Amino acid sequence: MSIAMLGIKIGMTQRFDDSGRAMPVTVLEMVPCPVVQKKTTETDGYNAIQIGIGTRKKSRLNKPLAGHFKKHGVSPMQVLREIRLTDEEIGEYEAGKEVTLDIFEPGQRVDVEGRSKGKGTAGVMKRWNFRGGKATHGVHENYRHGGAIGQCATPGRLFKGIKMAGRMGNERVSTQNLIIVDIKKEQNLMYVRGAVPGARNGVVLVHGSVKKTKSAV
Amino acid sequence: MDMLRQLESDKLRTDLPDFGPGDTIRVDVRVREGEKERLQAFQGIVIQRRGAGYSETFMVRKISGGVGVERVFPLQSPSVASIAVVRRGDVRRSRLYYLRDRVGKAARVKEKRG
Repeated sequence: MSIAMLGIKIGMTQRFDDSGRAMPVTVLEMVPCPVVQKKTTETDGYNAIQIGIGTRKKSRLNKPLAGHFKKHGVSPMQVLREIRLTDEEIGEYEAGKEVTLDIFEPGQRVDVEGRSKGKGTAGVMKRWNFRGGKATHGVHENYRHGGAIGQCATPGRLFKGIKMAGRMGNERVSTQNLIIVDIKKEQNLMYVRGAVPGARNGVVLVHGSVKKTKSAV
Repeated sequence: MDMLRQLESDKLRTDLPDFGPGDTIRVDVRVREGEKERLQAFQGIVIQRRGAGYSETFMVRKISGGVGVERVFPLQSPSVASIAVVRRGDVRRSRLYYLRDRVGKAARVKEKRG
């Protein structure tokens, strides 16, 4: 993974392209992320930087965390994330410096990772897109069920990984290849085309797209 | 959400007239034909206005060659070059879908007085 940055999802709105067509965009607030810690091959066995976002009261910190922030001379933050980097990439970053929006440019494709909205216990239709049962033809109370889940005497057991009802959402989700429509440096805002996982005010991680694609239009 | 609305509010167009359902308006639409760009007028009765802020849209209905034609425009789109109010209509509801079921004289909208 290349250099990445933490941001806050503000919400979705519309933009118009040159031909006047509306397109959906997500607004992300990308305040410069302080580098809390720098890890190198010599000291830690691998290259990474730890960046953070948000603020946290000193009284809400446990002692180890408080010590961690104090050691590196940064104010306490809400969320910390470590980003693995290569030898060349890590050179310019030091603890106490910041990762800013400069790492992105409009037109670039990025991946956005976030935590999806929790849906609670969900049935198979919502969770796995099953078709459910028939609405008519004498069906009795079987409209949203999943049907059979196994075979007969052979194998006489269920296979692992059968899709069933259960907890849905509240998991890490990535959306890939979103185009950066606009960057407003003064306001620390970034507009990406399309939707981004998570609720408003959720923390997201943005980095250059992993998959190679043709450059944006 | 407030921040989002604030971001939008600076960019909202101010060059458009005040209009609503029942009004007859002429919309000048930017049409691109190859390299050339020209304006195409679409005149008809506004039968719906929905949404807010940057995503507000309105629907215009007209009878073209005996066939009803409805077009939805994004209010803030740059392809809507200008809007002119031709006639103010006097209506009592916000969605004039009932016009779809009417033909000829019955499909008229009263003009607003004073």
